[in-house]
Amino acid sequence: MAEILFELAGISKSYPGVMALDDVSLRVYRREVLGLIGENGAGKSTLMRVLGGVIAPSEGVIRIGGTERVRMTVNEATQAGIAFVHQELNLFENLDVAANVFIGRERLVGGPLKLVDDAEMRARVTPLLEQLGADFSPDTLVDNLSIAERQLVEIAKALSIDARVIIMDEPTSSLTISETERLLEVIADLKAHGISVIYISHRLSEIMTCADRVVVLRDGRTVGELARDRLSHAAMIRLMIGRDLKALHTPPKRPPQPGGCDIVGLVTSAFPDRQIDLSVRHGEILGLAGLVGAGRTSLARAAFGIDPPLGGEIRIDNAPVEVASPRDAIRQGIYLMPEDRKKSGLVLELPIRENVTLASLLNYARMWLVSGPAERKVSTEQVRRLSIKVPSIDMEAVTLSGGNQQKVVLGKWLSMQPRVMFFDEPTRGVDVGAKSEIYALMRELADQGVAIVMISSDMEEVIGVSDRIAVMHEGSVSGVLERPQFSEYNVLQLAIGQAPETVEAAAP
Amino acid sequence: MNKKELGLGLLLLVIAAVTGAINPAFLSLVNLLNMANLIGLFGVFALGEGLVIITGGIDLSLGSMFALLGVIFIDLLTTYQVPWPLALLAVLLGGLVLGAIQGFLVTRLKMQPFIVTLCGLLIYRGAARYYTSDSTRGFGYGDEAATLSSIASGNVAGIPNTFILLIILALVLGVVLHRSVYGRWLYAVGKNEEAARFSGINTNLVIATAYIISGLLAGVSTVLFVFYTNSVSPSSFGNFYELYAIAAAVLGGCSLRGGEGSILGIVLGTALLQVLQNLVNILGIPNSLNFAVMGTVILIGVLADHQLQARRRRKMALAGLARTAPRSTLEGQQSAAPHGVGALPVRTGDQA
Repeated sequence: MAEILFELAGISKSYPGVMALDDVSLRVYRREVLGLIGENGAGKSTLMRVLGGVIAPSEGVIRIGGTERVRMTVNEATQAGIAFVHQELNLFENLDVAANVFIGRERLVGGPLKLVDDAEMRARVTPLLEQLGADFSPDTLVDNLSIAERQLVEIAKALSIDARVIIMDEPTSSLTISETERLLEVIADLKAHGISVIYISHRLSEIMTCADRVVVLRDGRTVGELARDRLSHAAMIRLMIGRDLKALHTPPKRPPQPGGCDIVGLVTSAFPDRQIDLSVRHGEILGLAGLVGAGRTSLARAAFGIDPPLGGEIRIDNAPVEVASPRDAIRQGIYLMPEDRKKSGLVLELPIRENVTLASLLNYARMWLVSGPAERKVSTEQVRRLSIKVPSIDMEAVTLSGGNQQKVVLGKWLSMQPRVMFFDEPTRGVDVGAKSEIYALMRELADQGVAIVMISSDMEEVIGVSDRIAVMHEGSVSGVLERPQFSEYNVLQLAIGQAPETVEAAAP
Repeated sequence: MNKKELGLGLLLLVIAAVTGAINPAFLSLVNLLNMANLIGLFGVFALGEGLVIITGGIDLSLGSMFALLGVIFIDLLTTYQVPWPLALLAVLLGGLVLGAIQGFLVTRLKMQPFIVTLCGLLIYRGAARYYTSDSTRGFGYGDEAATLSSIASGNVAGIPNTFILLIILALVLGVVLHRSVYGRWLYAVGKNEEAARFSGINTNLVIATAYIISGLLAGVSTVLFVFYTNSVSPSSFGNFYELYAIAAAVLGGCSLRGGEGSILGIVLGTALLQVLQNLVNILGIPNSLNFAVMGTVILIGVLADHQLQARRRRKMALAGLARTAPRSTLEGQQSAAPHGVGALPVRTGDQA
């Protein structure tokens, strides 16, 4: 292959009591897309921090441009042409695109006055945005951009410092299917311009699409490298977790039972001129697919009473229910696992115990006084049932990993009596092992008769986990697919508002 | 009692011991009882302020509330000759209503607590001064409310009733805050209002209730202060008192970001402030330095607390790493569920 851009050799990084990286070697060539995969905690982020000069390795050398060094500073890494597109985007929403691209390196005019030269910065950013195919201008406020567009701003920022390699950490975790495809096109284009990309993702199909080479990390070690022609889902997953993934879909134990939740002509505040009709039976997992902004989250928020519906009806077992607030919804047994667990699902600074009982505390209280033993009992039960890995239920939720945090949110609802549960992106940022556990729990719940609606932008998840898939497009349901009709193609067609190959019409 | 309160208590004792060593008059019974009375007076409304601060809000209107409710209270008793139980009820209700209005503006109309209560501060003070034409109201020579007066400014076995009342209220609110469902909700709302709402908690009601309790306690404090000074001068009565309450709460461990603090901490904070004031007098420090001393101690106290907390967090992060390490490798070998490993990046992140 072509010239080596840089090389990490024998990198180790230890923290007291733990080896985050153990003798990892990594080469990046010019003009390649390197897929970097591994479960959460495998060491990907630590490795990238070493590369970015954020942390110094305990051992090993970094070779860049003929020089060899034991550590780099952030500035040296930047000068060497290493740029990051962060998982959680680091942009200033109150500034415009050009200001963000040049943040910290503002072009100045006015000599000693040191005024910021907006015109110059915008002029420099325009061609970069064009190259990336962005359809917004440099003077747009970042606040007005979608997440996908913000990502382009980050990439433009990388280009503006003449980056030779761009590191993308989970770039598509918040993107829609079509936005993801656009990003993959941008990556191909970057490569064509001679820029290398290190692509970190849990989504293996994206890796399959874009990577020239894949390096797999596990427990801080390099466990394998796959060339383009040897890439396959099974091979990658085997290396990542050291075992074969079982077929994703577990069929329900018994056919869905009559009754369930019917959403009839529901109007959400996000789409006041659209109506949503949707049914989910007891014992069924209904996947809810669609592009981000298609109204899936608005539907969940309306059904859960966060943004009470403007019209229409929600029926459970054919009885209309009133949901004017989350309290109403919870009383009816309608629960929501929110998209952003840190913001909406958990009070991070409270112990696990208090998070589990947050929604049902009155059940563990007499005369409004909390009964400690009752509370501990139910929390301990949930921790055990969900196998949440934690030394004590008095640990603050913030100390848990993503998957375990998600399970605490789940525990909050499972300690009550769910009838209908909405899962909004239940496995976002969750590692592979915890993912399959969450799927198993969803199936278990369904088998207990809970009607489950799973909103997901992860195609593998939608197709692998759902019993039926409803697809939303611009605020209403554009179609419902039964298992025999499941295919990426059909879901995508419906998501962009076109007819799939063969499909039953959406519920009238 | 957590470490923070223990530290505050120790600080209080050390200051008292040092001051007592320099000037034994500080530890005389008269002085101690006088301080107890002031701690009672300033502690009652600091408790309410603390609750509001735990929701992530602030109440700047307390001092002006005292002036407005105070002139009304005296007027009811003297000019209108209303029986004292009714006048008392009116003042308590008045405080409650003012608190409810502020709570409504904050929760329903989504206004910022600072602005709402700043406007309250201005409006109540103005109303009090207009209502009295800026003249001082007092009891004169009549004994319109001798019974209430003797309750409010009396003592039991020498211990000022104000102090006893503070202890009772602190015990009640301590149970409410630390043991009851409402208290749990209050902390949850203060830390993460959205997550609380997503858990079905009526966050607006929880927050508004804090303002209502604060208003009610302001009504109680009004009565105590009126009988402490025996007159109300509408332009100066209660001036800056809300700041004492905020200072006491912050010193006692409340974070202005919400979700943190305890009743014991607020009481200790109030006590420390009063001890400092007293110390300034007793040690012959010029009285003009009063506020400066208070400010310095609060600044140093909060700074020290931050440093200690940061150190504790670092320690905890390290301990967390050490703990997960062996577990994770173990699970890796069992191969079924590599979650311990999943927990790592968060912590290594803290390290970086």
